Amino acid sequence: MSSQQGAASATQGRVTPRLVEELRRVVGEENVFVEPSEVLAWECDGYTLERHPPEAVVLPASTEEVSRVMRLLHQAQVPVIPRGAGTSLSGATVPVGGGVVVSLSRMNRILKIDLENRRAVVEAGVVNLWVTRAVENDGFFFAPDPSSQGACTIGGNVATNSGGPHTLKYGVTINHILGVEMVLADGTVVELGGDVEERPGYDLAGFVIGSEGTLGIVTKAVVRLTRAPQTYRTLLAVFDTIDAATRTVSEVIRQGIIPAAVEMMDNLIIQAVEEAFHFGFPKDAAAVLIIELDGLQAGIDELSRRVQAICAQEGAREIRAARDEKERQELWKARKRAFGAIGRISPSYVTQDGVVPRTKLPDILRIIAEVGRRHGIPIANVFHAGDGNIHPILLFDDQNPDEVERVLAASDEILTACIELGGSVTGEHGIGIEKVKHVAAMYTQDDLDVMTGLREVFDPGRRLNPGKIFPSSKGCIEVKRPRPKASA
Amino acid sequence: MSTAQSQATATQSSIPLDDLRTCIHCGLCTSACPTYLKLGSELDSPRGRIYLMSAVQQGRIGWTGEVVKHLDLCLECRACETACPSGVPYGRLLEAARDEIAKAYPRPWRERLLLKVFRDTLFPYPARLRLALWPVRIAGGLIRKLSGILPDELGRMLELLPQELPDERRYRLPPVVPAAGERRYRVALLTGCVGSVLFARANWATARVLAHNGCEVVIPQDQGCCGALHLHTGASETAREFARRNLKAFPLDDVDAIIVNAAGCGSTLKEYGDMLAGDPAAGPVAERLSAKTKDISEFLSQIDLKPMTHPVPKTVAYHDACHLAHGQGIRKEPRELLAQVPGLRLVELRDAEICCGSAGIYNILQPEMAERLLDDKVDAILATGAEVVATGNPGCLMQIAKGLAGRGGKVQVVHPIEILAQAYGEALP
Repeated sequence: MSSQQGAASATQGRVTPRLVEELRRVVGEENVFVEPSEVLAWECDGYTLERHPPEAVVLPASTEEVSRVMRLLHQAQVPVIPRGAGTSLSGATVPVGGGVVVSLSRMNRILKIDLENRRAVVEAGVVNLWVTRAVENDGFFFAPDPSSQGACTIGGNVATNSGGPHTLKYGVTINHILGVEMVLADGTVVELGGDVEERPGYDLAGFVIGSEGTLGIVTKAVVRLTRAPQTYRTLLAVFDTIDAATRTVSEVIRQGIIPAAVEMMDNLIIQAVEEAFHFGFPKDAAAVLIIELDGLQAGIDELSRRVQAICAQEGAREIRAARDEKERQELWKARKRAFGAIGRISPSYVTQDGVVPRTKLPDILRIIAEVGRRHGIPIANVFHAGDGNIHPILLFDDQNPDEVERVLAASDEILTACIELGGSVTGEHGIGIEKVKHVAAMYTQDDLDVMTGLREVFDPGRRLNPGKIFPSSKGCIEVKRPRPKASA
Repeated sequence: MSTAQSQATATQSSIPLDDLRTCIHCGLCTSACPTYLKLGSELDSPRGRIYLMSAVQQGRIGWTGEVVKHLDLCLECRACETACPSGVPYGRLLEAARDEIAKAYPRPWRERLLLKVFRDTLFPYPARLRLALWPVRIAGGLIRKLSGILPDELGRMLELLPQELPDERRYRLPPVVPAAGERRYRVALLTGCVGSVLFARANWATARVLAHNGCEVVIPQDQGCCGALHLHTGASETAREFARRNLKAFPLDDVDAIIVNAAGCGSTLKEYGDMLAGDPAAGPVAERLSAKTKDISEFLSQIDLKPMTHPVPKTVAYHDACHLAHGQGIRKEPRELLAQVPGLRLVELRDAEICCGSAGIYNILQPEMAERLLDDKVDAILATGAEVVATGNPGCLMQIAKGLAGRGGKVQVVHPIEILAQAYGEALP
């Protein structure tokens, strides 16, 4: 396999049998993997266009173990790839240059719930949704809700500053993390931020959030718990044109209404979701909007009526309201599992992630459609319309190298268009390896130098998650993307 | 679908590529997988196992012990299928992979012997099982005391047996149980292998509740093992032989439904159509049998029930058997039935849909993981303060009873249908 050869070259020989032995002594025999037939399972994450196996995988069970593992890897000068559940859509955990994967998946305990002060302390491997499950009966929730929330971890959310449909009103991960415990490249354990909201000095915890594992390995987080709203009104509006749907989004927000979420799904994704969940979406609609309002019981019906009136005025052909919590949950299930539902109509797909100013949504959607037509790649759209965060899903067959090339070209063009329209190349997935090139396009060399300089304060040897976020000074690691071999 | 079905019956089984490719590697299955939750290893997650299957199929790796052990550790609880947004038929993939492993990987003699004894010789044959249990029946106490010096696996099996072996004669069913009052339906009952020996009472309760509700219950005398154990452990050809036998035994044209009270067997009967799709003669019959198969809770919730008259004033926790919840999508039916029992208070278990570790003969083959899962399940049960835990599968019943006994619990473990029988006024000694 070409990918295996490529991976081994960078650090060949640094993961010695002796190092492996020492790692085993720290975390236990059964929690270190080195066999080629085993480590291949960690060669990619939710992004499968590039694959490189690590040289070893270590599964520590405590901060103490992470620290000792990091000290050993520091002594041996081996690259480290932190990993949570491996649901990244940008290849943030792909060991592009070999090295050792340190997975936090065994550190999955909720350590403390403090409802009075609306916070919880959790280990990095705790699944996002578990936090909400643990406090929902008391009327709280953890606000960041990425579509993968049933599997992705808090550590991964911190690393990529994850969002989700409800970020329109509630903000992204950075707004819900009070502090983190982190292990540095040399094994030092540090605490950044803390229990209380306002702290003088630099916001170091904030600096870590979104750093994609390039500054250290986050082992614990103090997360903010949010009071669940008294009630919801969840609407489904059906449109015959995409433009009418996007106009509606702008008009709702122009009128000063802040819905908890405004999600848009286009025709292709509606068909996939219908196939999978039979929710009853009209299969011939050009677009549907899911608009969720939440807040106090008093006034919410009035708000719902205003939003419905805007939908109607902008040309919605049909507006439905979820009648009860069950219907609301069904609707969100259809929305959140939309990506996976694509698996039913296409052997592979890439979920792109970009941002444009909300008013530019019609433009970017037109560009996406045009790019898809030109490259002969079907593209479905399901996204957070309220904050202009688009998710074009490019459908292809990964066994067809030509299609893979076309998908990469189409992705590049869409992201370039996002920048040109005044937006960004990622809303919530992070840069990973996928968008390294586009980061260079977004920033000046000065910007990049400042950022890499800051990084080196934490990780002077740049051994943590190498090849991610920033273009390498020695030329791009992703100059030539290897063609995918595996199909899973 | 069609490719998968035709390959499933091909003599040289191979993992259906189309099924493999439905996995888009999103990882949403990981947090649903009991073994991943315990071990945190990608290799012991559904996504990782599928990745291993793909790697073998592409020739990157072979079926070595290192690889096989991760597939062996899978419970086939199919919780991942519930979590999967992409519709990956994981169970079918695993079964195909295990078929391949059985051909390509020479197992150590001890594992071969275990399969030979428990899967091939004992469990599918009630008469042999009964015979094997004879010594336990007459000298149970002594033998249980001796379990320390028996081979590990035999000891483990003994531990799983109910403290008191039920008196089968008491619950013997005639070939036809007439409907009480006007006959509204005619149904056939699968009594199961382990079920008919160790859970004769649940079978009897099933027939009684059905009879109370106007069903004439036929018990086909030629029925045999459903084939689940073989299907799940790499011997699908034998499973298909069992299936063919049952196709002959059940009078499909004469009954409205085939009733199963064991989740694992019901799930398998519902897959007969799939299993035999490549067989032009048996395929269509199998399809019909599958369509007529209903779990007892499923059937009861589809007919007009007579009111339950006798209170059962107990706090009951319901445990989802994997092959009901994930295998058949049956979750609300048993709960709704139990909620109708006068005086009964139903409580929810934490992580109710996580496997208890029973999984066919998994608890004999993979005792360590089975034990860890059982511990969690018992914790969850004890945390509810329930007096009774109800679950619709013999394996789970034995496993959970063993776990509770080990913790000195006073919690009773029953099949939900036994509670319903009481609610209809049947005395269950």
